[in-house]
Amino acid sequence: MERGLCLTTSLIWKALEEVKDPEIPVVSLVEMGIVREVAVDDQVVVIMITPTFAGCPALQVMINDVEARIRQLGAEDVKVEVVLAPPWSSDWITPEARVKLKSFGLAPPPVHGGRVEMTFFEVAVCPYCDSKNTVVKNDFGPTLCRSIHYCQQCRQPFEQFKAL
Amino acid sequence: MDDLNKETHTAIAHYLTALADDELVLAHRDSEWTGHAPILEEDIAFSNIAQDEMGHALLWYNQLSGLTGLDPDRLVFFREASEFRNVQMVELPKGDWAFTILRQYLFDAYELVQLKWLERSPLPILADPAAKIRREEIYHFRHTGAWTQRLGMGTGESNRRMQRALDELWPFAGQLFSRNESTWPLVIAGTIPDPVDQWSEWQTLVVPFLTGSGLKLPGEINSIAAERTHHTDHLSDLLLDLQEVARSDPEASW
Repeated sequence: MERGLCLTTSLIWKALEEVKDPEIPVVSLVEMGIVREVAVDDQVVVIMITPTFAGCPALQVMINDVEARIRQLGAEDVKVEVVLAPPWSSDWITPEARVKLKSFGLAPPPVHGGRVEMTFFEVAVCPYCDSKNTVVKNDFGPTLCRSIHYCQQCRQPFEQFKAL
Repeated sequence: MDDLNKETHTAIAHYLTALADDELVLAHRDSEWTGHAPILEEDIAFSNIAQDEMGHALLWYNQLSGLTGLDPDRLVFFREASEFRNVQMVELPKGDWAFTILRQYLFDAYELVQLKWLERSPLPILADPAAKIRREEIYHFRHTGAWTQRLGMGTGESNRRMQRALDELWPFAGQLFSRNESTWPLVIAGTIPDPVDQWSEWQTLVVPFLTGSGLKLPGEINSIAAERTHHTDHLSDLLLDLQEVARSDPEASW
């Protein structure tokens, strides 16, 4: 780190808000609840992130992107650690990010308070016309975190970010 | 984990290897449907399930790596069949669609019962991945349960194929719930569940569902099961495929 440069955790959090989810470029890793903790100890910056779905192939891209962004701030020693506990929950996605997901054509996941199976009784709301007249076409979609739906109202297929 | 005695250390390593190998081998079998599933939706679904199971395998291999220092890639690509600790049920060839669905259903149910227990294990090395994996498995179980019902109560042909799959798979279920000498100290210590207790919980879950789906139980499960290091020839065939590229150039960096 350059002499005289003082990296604070709030500066780092602010920078991380610019690091986008590689698969959903409208939301940041912070808004998605993927960044868990930031610590600065003398010369070392430690950032803890947690994966959404365990098999998510974007995890390594996220690690690289976080590291690169923090290096841009002048930090030389950056450690990105992957933590598993507590397990990532889609409830952590911020209200602002939910609006952005919807504008991206991706229905945000229902809030479930830890009971993922309860969401099986809810219908997805169409992100295009807000209708609840929709059906599940597939619990599995183009990425691990998305399911496929169809809106009977506006006759548009759409995806939902899965509750986890 | 430095303060573990040697016996406990080995037992946890064996247990983690078994958890990881089950997921890896099943993931490989599931991935064999990519591009070949009977309908497009299922091609997508089984490719997702395969990727999920592969992700779960990696979580367990990473824990094992933290404990023993062994590299997950070396473990996957350079062990011989006799060093794998997966159950035989997951290494059997993918068979027809009915066999694939039923195997996945029986295994998903086993995982849910086991993970629910492990999530509360006093050892974070087991509890943390278990908590994460269980939430994802809920989607698999719903999917394979729906297909089990659909095929079991579908046409005469689909019911006949499901019954044949159940007759073939049922004897292999005993190995999922057999006690293992090397991991027994962990059961005594309350770190992992007693497989025999899990067996009854699993049966409560799957037996009424299978009979309600128009299938007949083939009878008692054989409780004298093979050791986890004993395999059918199908595992060697699978590894030949899985390990071929990595072994053709062991020093390559990916």
